[in-house]
Amino acid sequence: MWTYLKMAYRNLLRHRRRSALSALALAIALALLVFMAAFFKGEMRSSLEDTLRLSSGHLQVRDVDYDPDKASVAWSYLIDKPFDVAQKIASLPPVRVATPRLFASGIVSVGQDSRGVQIIGIDPASEANAPYRQGLVSGDFLTADDRNGILIGYPLAQSLGLQVGSSLNLLVNTAEGQVDEQPFVVRGIFSTGSSNYDKGIVLLPIAKAQTFSGAGDRASIIFILLHDREQAQAAAAAITGASYKVLTWQEMNELLVLVNDFSNAYITFLNLIILGVTVTVIVNTMLMAVFERTREIGILSALGMKSRQIITLFLSEAALLALGGVVVGLLVGSALSAYFGSVGIYFGDLGVSGMIFGDRIYPYLMLEDVLRLTITAFVITLLACYYPAQIAARMEPVEALRAEK
Amino acid sequence: MEVAKVENVSRVYKVGEVETYALRDVSLTIQSGEFTALVGPSGSGKTTLLQLFGCLDQPTTGRVFINGQDVSRLNRNQRADLRKGQIGFIFQFFALIPTLTAYENIEMPLLLNGMSARQRHERVMELLKAVDLLDRKDNRPDQMSGGQQQRVAIARALAPNPTLILADEPTANLDTTNGEQVMELMTRLNQETGVTFVFATHDPRVIKYARRVITLRDGSIVENGAGPAR
Ligand SMILES: Nc1ncnc2c1ncn2[C@@H]1O[C@H](COP(=O)(O)OP(=O)(O)O)[C@@H](O)[C@H]1O
Ligand SMILES: [Mg+2]
Repeated sequence: MWTYLKMAYRNLLRHRRRSALSALALAIALALLVFMAAFFKGEMRSSLEDTLRLSSGHLQVRDVDYDPDKASVAWSYLIDKPFDVAQKIASLPPVRVATPRLFASGIVSVGQDSRGVQIIGIDPASEANAPYRQGLVSGDFLTADDRNGILIGYPLAQSLGLQVGSSLNLLVNTAEGQVDEQPFVVRGIFSTGSSNYDKGIVLLPIAKAQTFSGAGDRASIIFILLHDREQAQAAAAAITGASYKVLTWQEMNELLVLVNDFSNAYITFLNLIILGVTVTVIVNTMLMAVFERTREIGILSALGMKSRQIITLFLSEAALLALGGVVVGLLVGSALSAYFGSVGIYFGDLGVSGMIFGDRIYPYLMLEDVLRLTITAFVITLLACYYPAQIAARMEPVEALRAEK
Repeated sequence: MEVAKVENVSRVYKVGEVETYALRDVSLTIQSGEFTALVGPSGSGKTTLLQLFGCLDQPTTGRVFINGQDVSRLNRNQRADLRKGQIGFIFQFFALIPTLTAYENIEMPLLLNGMSARQRHERVMELLKAVDLLDRKDNRPDQMSGGQQQRVAIARALAPNPTLILADEPTANLDTTNGEQVMELMTRLNQETGVTFVFATHDPRVIKYARRVITLRDGSIVENGAGPAR
């Protein structure tokens, strides 16, 4: 084996530039693929993280009749005495925090301008609000007894020209199917990192939201975070109550899981295409090598080298070429991923509705992806180079010896 | 002992509709220890006959025996196995592997025969000494003269202790001095080791070394007798 590698290595050095260019083609492709894998992984990962901490939580308890798409505060859709329910759930060991939230649909208007929003009534004391509290860019967080304060997202503040202390008019669809309207003062402006999400919500203390919307002592959901999200099934089973349904984060984010699976399949497909195209460069180099070395193949064959050994010789050469390309590609791809993984890539609001995406995407490289790409690149190269190697092995020694070179 | 034998062999090349008889019903036996020249004008079938003896090619009709074994119908791998242990080749062009040093070129057939590293080293050094190229052992072919390259090729052919060495116009690309040096080396190795040499040539200066001369014309043997060196 050592001899094959030695010969392969020296053969590659015979045409340094050609070898280097072929390896470079693979290096560029692999660097691109590594970065792409890290990019998509980072995107999906942060999308899931954001969705869990901002919107779905790890578990939600809802009334059996609740329909999240309607955001109706009609009493029959809501959970009665939500603070009692939340307290009971919070005492379960796997639960880190459980807090009631009320969702109502509304319209913010300032002068002639108006925007449809989701009004979220929160318990200001709950640590589940951390993303909003930590995301405050100006002003203060809400207090439980605030009766005319409101928190709005940074993009909404921008588009309506609002600042801390500004007034706005909020319209709400009430429990009776009417609309009610009331002025509020902006107490604070937050940014969770996802403009797409922030532009569509406003926060009120839940007590105010309940009276304003006519929901009374009721909430849409109990928002639950666990110590360990993998415990969701077990924790859900521990929560009982005939009129409730308990949903895990997996159930609530089926779309995201689906998109993730789909993008994985898509990326795999793309990987194969890109590697396939790249590998033709290497196959071409190997074909040239085979034809240049026809007479050498004849000599080796005259010395008693068998077809299998000739194939091994050429595959060693392809493997070394691939190794060079793969190593450089991995280094460059990892370096790019690491750099952008720490500074992020700014995209702003991607304008995708129904899913939460951060404004900045942080590529996240996983060892699993690196290994998968490395192995795929190698396997594809060797499979493809079996063709030129086979041509070499099939040459008749007599014909090969007659060749000019 | 019969080292190589052809029995009524013909080798027909078909190019398009035209059939060329490179060899026509040739029978010839080579005994162990011979130093035999195949002579004849260009196109008379010398190379074709050497290729049949060397199991590089197969006859259209007739049979080929190497050390008593009928090799006419062996498959590719079986022929490769036979070549690597029993037959050495020397070509007109200095057929060394350009990426390997003199040492490594001589070592190649030993590697293919699966010899241990230590035995290989001993054998290669012994051969380098025999062809007087110890000081060139780490040179690549392009760093050696034609005569030196051909001596490496001879050492390589001799390396696995074959019973038969086939040389196709080994001096055709060499000047007189180098050509004579190569022929003297082959003669000496033939006498010292007893290995059988069959070489093709049409150079009278080379023919004078032969102890048996076979003359071919148009694919047939026209003369078969003792050579000048007898
Ligand atoms: N591969 C081939 N295809 C067609 N004709 C060939 C081939 N090899 C040899 N010949 C023909 O066979 C004859 C003998 O060739 P060869 O054995 O090479 O002669 P020599 O070595 O004596 O010059 C020549 O007429 C040559 O043209
Ligand atoms: Mg010839």
